[in-house]
Amino acid sequence: MADSSRRWFDRALVQLTLVRLREVWREPEAIFWIFLFPVLMAGGLGLAFRSRPAGITKVAVLAGSPWSAQTARRLEADSLLEVQVLDDSASARALRTGRVAIVLLPDSGSVGYRFDDTRPEGLTARSRVDDALQRSAGRTDALGVSEEIVRERGSRYIDFVVPGLLGMNLLGSGVWGLGFAVVDARRKRLLKRLIATPMPKWAYLSSFVISRLALLVLEAGLLLVFAALVFGVPLRGSLTSLALICLLSSLAFGGLGLLIAARPRTIEGASGLMNLALVPMWVFSGVFFSSSRFPEAVQPFVQALPLTAVNDALRANMLEGATLAQVAPELAIIAAWLVGTFVIALRIFRWQ
Amino acid sequence: MPPAVVLKDLRKTYKDVVAVDGLDLEVRPGECFGLLGPNGAGKTTTIEICEGLTVPDAGEVQVLGQDWLSGGASLRQRLGISLQETQFSEKLTVAETLCLFRSFYRNPRPLEEVLDAVQLGEKRNGRVGQLSGGQKQRLALACALVADPELFFLDEPTTGLDPQSRRQLWELIEGVKRAGRTVVLTTHYMEEAERLCDRVAIVDHGKVIALGTPRQLVASLGAQHVVEFRIGDAAVPIVDQDLLALDGALSTRTQDGSYLVESTHAHRTVPALLSLLSARGLPLDELRTHSATLEDVFVHLTGRQLRDG
Repeated sequence: MADSSRRWFDRALVQLTLVRLREVWREPEAIFWIFLFPVLMAGGLGLAFRSRPAGITKVAVLAGSPWSAQTARRLEADSLLEVQVLDDSASARALRTGRVAIVLLPDSGSVGYRFDDTRPEGLTARSRVDDALQRSAGRTDALGVSEEIVRERGSRYIDFVVPGLLGMNLLGSGVWGLGFAVVDARRKRLLKRLIATPMPKWAYLSSFVISRLALLVLEAGLLLVFAALVFGVPLRGSLTSLALICLLSSLAFGGLGLLIAARPRTIEGASGLMNLALVPMWVFSGVFFSSSRFPEAVQPFVQALPLTAVNDALRANMLEGATLAQVAPELAIIAAWLVGTFVIALRIFRWQ
Repeated sequence: MPPAVVLKDLRKTYKDVVAVDGLDLEVRPGECFGLLGPNGAGKTTTIEICEGLTVPDAGEVQVLGQDWLSGGASLRQRLGISLQETQFSEKLTVAETLCLFRSFYRNPRPLEEVLDAVQLGEKRNGRVGQLSGGQKQRLALACALVADPELFFLDEPTTGLDPQSRRQLWELIEGVKRAGRTVVLTTHYMEEAERLCDRVAIVDHGKVIALGTPRQLVASLGAQHVVEFRIGDAAVPIVDQDLLALDGALSTRTQDGSYLVESTHAHRTVPALLSLLSARGLPLDELRTHSATLEDVFVHLTGRQLRDG
């Protein structure tokens, strides 16, 4: 065969894959959205929702009587309370805008608490202030207690959100990366030009799969290394299993991208379909908050979405150290999407 | 040697538009064959059926002695194709694009040779997005050349190009002809068909309405020359009978306010015309003569101009 004597570099599959990688690599926006955006997102969310001990509680005492100064002095003995004496209108404004969590009012020999019980800091403030006042008034605790403080890695918000971001990123780069490239080539009639050559069609489609996998190593690796080093996000499961979950997910999302790109002739047409596929998953699939928050009635739909299965599998692996066997139901859902989307996409694919 | 292309009673309808309506053709090996016709005549549909990209509704198609049902991939190895309006990936370089196309063929031509042939050697590392229109068309031709094919299908290879780029492409296609390859091209430029094509089929409404060498087609008019003139405001208009009575005149028509007289002998028709005008006292604004062209043949056959579509 003439083929066997050719250098590997001259083979259609190698050339097509190189073209795919060059097209991504030479597009600065693609680099940003695929590689840097998830890292920035993880960084931002990690900072915004970092776990810390509940901080200083801010308290206002209504001004205008000797009681005010006396009460303020008693409270200041507690280092976790920050006390200011304010008049009626100033205290009301401070409470309304959240600058204080509670206002103390004199109430003929006793004390009145004014706070918003729908705000977590309101309830915390009430019990802290009450403790401080009761103790200074001579209350003794009936039961002795000791405290053991545990701050568990894996239960923080950043630990929850990093697997979600990874899943969302695999979805986005699969659907956008594959979908736009195919539709663009069809729009430019490059697809038609390619099938006018003896190029094997399987080689064209395989080049997308191979380049996706090459990029996957970088995009997943970068996000996970960042999350582990900067935020100490745990990787409790085996890394091989994690890699396999990412691989299967990436292929399934690539199939979804191929299905979306199978027929549209314009970028606009494809964008509409992509939004139709992506937006429900961003909302329902538990990227930023648990998908179990949705009502029972929609759970069958939520659980059938590929991103839900991917996020659940990633979290089970990273946070709970689950084995592949333990995430088999999720893997089955992902595999079903992989097979289903590829079969339909190849059947309806429009080359011209 | 069998014909390079045989089309028999080819038909193709898109929804309610009849694109090809019983078209017959035979392209001989080694010739440059032109499909000349206005936009929408069915040229592109015909050539894409030849390329195996479009399936005809009815009719017989043979390319290099094979048909598309049995030929498939082995036939593609032997064809060089340039489609209308292909945009290659703008982020790749010229050399990368050609390497990609080379990788599809069993015995491709060396990269350097093809780059030299289309004069893109200096642009080999330039991005496709930076190329001019003429350079892009030369790249498209280069993607056909890398296959080292026996048969080229070129769909409007020079449409939209400036005159200089067009002449450059004509020289390239003449080079292909000299190498003994068969070329089938479509065009709506009669200069292009006259310069490049050994034989031309004039296509209109999905049918071949005339076939022959450019010289034969022009000769079929019977008129070697066309006298074209324009007169100022005339109290008495000139009628067809006046013009047909001129010495050597064969037929007449008007176009954009000009009169055109097809003539066997311009040197007899022009003096006769001038004496007619002075006898009527009509002022002559413009007078031109040219040898009859394929454009005149098309107008003669259809009553329309090529560019009108």
